[in-house]
Amino acid sequence: MSAPLLHTVVQIADDHLISGHRLSEWCGHAPMLEEDLSMPNMALDLIGQARTLYSYAARLENKGRTEDDFAYLRTDREYQNCLLVERPNTDFAHTMLRQLYFATYMKFFWESMHESSDETLSALSHKAIKEISYHVRHCGEWVVRLGDGTTESAEKMSDAVQALHPYTEELFEVDESRQHGIDKGIFPDHANLKTQWQNTIDAIFVQAKLTLPEIGFAQTGGRKGLHTEDFGMLLAQLQYLPRAYPGASW
Amino acid sequence: MVTTVDIDKARKIAASVPDPELPFLTLEDLGILRDVVLENNVVVAKLTPTYIGCPAVAVIEQDVQRALNDAGFSARILRVESPAWSTSWITEKGLEKLKTNGIAPPEPTLANTLNSDSIKLFAARTVVCPRCASTQTEKLSEFGSTPCKAQYRCTSCFEPFDHFKCH
Repeated sequence: MSAPLLHTVVQIADDHLISGHRLSEWCGHAPMLEEDLSMPNMALDLIGQARTLYSYAARLENKGRTEDDFAYLRTDREYQNCLLVERPNTDFAHTMLRQLYFATYMKFFWESMHESSDETLSALSHKAIKEISYHVRHCGEWVVRLGDGTTESAEKMSDAVQALHPYTEELFEVDESRQHGIDKGIFPDHANLKTQWQNTIDAIFVQAKLTLPEIGFAQTGGRKGLHTEDFGMLLAQLQYLPRAYPGASW
Repeated sequence: MVTTVDIDKARKIAASVPDPELPFLTLEDLGILRDVVLENNVVVAKLTPTYIGCPAVAVIEQDVQRALNDAGFSARILRVESPAWSTSWITEKGLEKLKTNGIAPPEPTLANTLNSDSIKLFAARTVVCPRCASTQTEKLSEFGSTPCKAQYRCTSCFEPFDHFKCH
């Protein structure tokens, strides 16, 4: 088993679980019926991908933990998702922008992973890329519609950009474990990922009539287990059932 | 003693299990039954999920397991993730059945042309109405009742319909 690989796989799994959970919070509350279908559907994709990643982490760790133990029975400091995905839904504009930022990153990540020296992750990449490309299109179209929409929608989208953009730097952070994986040909070069991501976001922002803000202070910490205050609330909801009824099953 | 005749029978049984969400399609039609092999007298059915998070995956695996057990086979399911399932694996018969049941089938040629174009925004795609064959249709929603479907409406006959997405 490889400790650095396990570390990075858990980070990616956490990104997917938390992102999926945030989207699932919209179920029954979306601004229109179509979106009430789309957000839980995207949540389902992300949680499905998280399951595959946690199962792989459990195999790598080989200490008898299951995917559920990883997903539900860790403390806040043990989750290593990037801060972006745990940001609250706030409004539909915030949610669409957050998902666009994350999905665009994952789209280029999975694309590079087709060539990964890790068979499990390479296999998953072929599946996940089709799903995540759908998310980029869906959320990207909404960012354009709202950014280039009414005065009110443009204002909300612009607020979302101001609030969320400082969290995007963390997507490209490379810690020691990730660097180890990059050196071994498991994970892609993140400088290149950032260029691809930036080009896609730039093009969408032009279409959406949005301005890219300067990042004065990059918000990071999630990869080290240091989360925002909202994360505690999220975990309380996510973990309620398995904590209150240990061993519960369908 | 299990003979080759038995494994053929097992393969037929597994292939004819219906999809729980689209019961007019068999697993063979859908192209998700990758192989049925014999390992130490145990039938191993290899299945590939359509969408990773699709709730039907677990149900399909249980259904195949039960069908094989009911026919007297000791069996197990092996989930195969690579190569990834694509809508181009749906058989001709499967595509025809989708259409007969009011679902616009995926365009088989588009399934593997993803990547550079896959994130192009507002790309118009012609989906033919499964009822009146009109090409005058519009998208209502990228997402539908199951992960594999989107919702469309025909502007010629005004019927709403599901489209099995290219994947």
